[in-house]
Amino acid sequence: MFTRWLKTVALLMFFVPWPAHALLTIEITGGSEAALPIAVVPFGNEGFAPPEDISSIISNDLKSSGRFAPLKQSELISQPHEGQQVNFADWRLLRSEGLLIGKVSSQDGENYQVQFQLYDVYKSQQLVGKRYNVPASGMRNLAHQIADIVYETLTGEKGVFSTRLAFVTEIKNADGSKRYALQISDADGASPRTVLQSRQPIMSPSWAPDGDRLAYVTFENAKSEIFVQELSTGKRQSVASFRGLNSAPAWSPDGKKLAVTLSKNGNPEIYVLELSTGKLSRVTHNSQAIDTEAVWMPNGREILFTSDRGGRPQIYKVNADGGRAERVTFEGNYNASADISPDGRMMTMVHGVNGKFHIAVQDLETGAVQVLTETRADESPSFAPNGRMILYATEQKGRGVLAAVSVDGRIKQRLGESGSAVREPAWSPFKK
Amino acid sequence: MKKLKLFAVLVPLLWLAACSSTPNKGMNEGDVAVEDLSAQTSGVNGQGNADGSEYGSETQVVVGEDGYQGNELNDPSNPLSNRVVYFEYDSANVRQEDQATLQAHAAYLAKHPNVTVRLEGHTDERGSREYNLALGERRALSIRQILMLQGADISQFQVTSFGEERPAVDGSDESAWAQNRRVEIVYLGR
Repeated sequence: MFTRWLKTVALLMFFVPWPAHALLTIEITGGSEAALPIAVVPFGNEGFAPPEDISSIISNDLKSSGRFAPLKQSELISQPHEGQQVNFADWRLLRSEGLLIGKVSSQDGENYQVQFQLYDVYKSQQLVGKRYNVPASGMRNLAHQIADIVYETLTGEKGVFSTRLAFVTEIKNADGSKRYALQISDADGASPRTVLQSRQPIMSPSWAPDGDRLAYVTFENAKSEIFVQELSTGKRQSVASFRGLNSAPAWSPDGKKLAVTLSKNGNPEIYVLELSTGKLSRVTHNSQAIDTEAVWMPNGREILFTSDRGGRPQIYKVNADGGRAERVTFEGNYNASADISPDGRMMTMVHGVNGKFHIAVQDLETGAVQVLTETRADESPSFAPNGRMILYATEQKGRGVLAAVSVDGRIKQRLGESGSAVREPAWSPFKK
Repeated sequence: MKKLKLFAVLVPLLWLAACSSTPNKGMNEGDVAVEDLSAQTSGVNGQGNADGSEYGSETQVVVGEDGYQGNELNDPSNPLSNRVVYFEYDSANVRQEDQATLQAHAAYLAKHPNVTVRLEGHTDERGSREYNLALGERRALSIRQILMLQGADISQFQVTSFGEERPAVDGSDESAWAQNRRVEIVYLGR
């Protein structure tokens, strides 16, 4: 297992032009026999060489999902780039069910033509084929898009490779002071870019359903304050800076409201803030307890939140227009930071057992709880928009890193960024 | 002057932001640099300081104009020199050994009604960040309650929580956690 993992890393270092500060390692635990063998043939090249190795990015994406087992390059029996060069009998021998081939060409090194064809090897049949014109700068995104098409064609589910991650980084300066950044990267951790910097902590990034706005909490005005920032323009606006806490923003499914935590009346309570009017309506009423970390059910009518009204933090459910809250978690003495799968069936949360904090999922129908991680400081779980994986923050050698685990616990990924501590990940919605 | 300072802060930040990201891969998200305003609140004589000191790390009391000299506050043998109160895990209850410190601060505040303090609540790193932000506030409010019961006025307080975001000590063991579960009493002068 370990040598295989090492080989994977070696392959990645060799073929993929990773930015120096992003590295994704994938460990697949449990039966990977469920993974579908696929041959991703290195794309052919005419004219100028592409700035990114498209086929490596696609292959790595597919592998990271845990649902595909791309053949090693050394196993590839031939390297066709066009349909007429494919001999299906060869690929059947390798027991590869899928075959992806393609070609990249450019006359000027700026604009590229990219084409690919995906085959069902056993049926000797093309499943999908497309041709693109793309600038050099769009090459990596295109690779993720092609990986999404392959994933969806072969599994019937949408891929998340061209979605994005938001997270907070903390860098310690030489004088011991710290600086913080809100960053966005590709779903594989590549191309991280900073959308906000501050010398004060940044917390709780939350994606609007349109994928172009982020709500987050900063301390830049010496207290917690909620901002909404439009990514395409960089425009940002303070939406909550009441006395006391202003925290834990969560977008309603229609993108018009934020559920927030405010303590302006003396105690942390959940409110719903209508963004166009600024109108606030109070959802929870429990003057002794901490009520925070709201998250909307996909139906837009109910909100889950964390409360210690029963003594320790547990997750409760309440109507978005108020009313009586009902307890949702019963296993373990610490459950917090809920997120809901896009279909509304599964909840993920931080699950505390004996002072250790793991990521768990709870089936909202049956109440069955499964603990997915063994590390002791796991937090901030966030569902992928297809509901397959859960991104979360954990610690490695005392430093914050991001990791992901599949909903069934079988696939684990780790995403490292050297030089800074990384935390509070939020997986973007699908691109609109 | 103010504008110039702001510019001096913004330009390097923008430059940093530009450097820290890899070449734009077809996304158009705009970078935003945040001007750090917190330092302005720490300027005791009303002077903002745009490239300012770290917020929350003030340990020096600066002398105000209306006659309170920091003698008592700065005397290391005086309980007033003790500005940090510690807590048990997931608790906002004040411990017996901190009662004397709080009594001294309450008496000082009652005697100097023009003096204001900021109570900064903090937690250790364990568990949910958002819950911890609320827990930090609960701790700060619990200290305010005690100081008010002993004669301080509500107008003398600012309450802020940083949750687990500003640990006093980096580390993930009981010793670091114990030092991070705290409320800092920061004298603001005036």
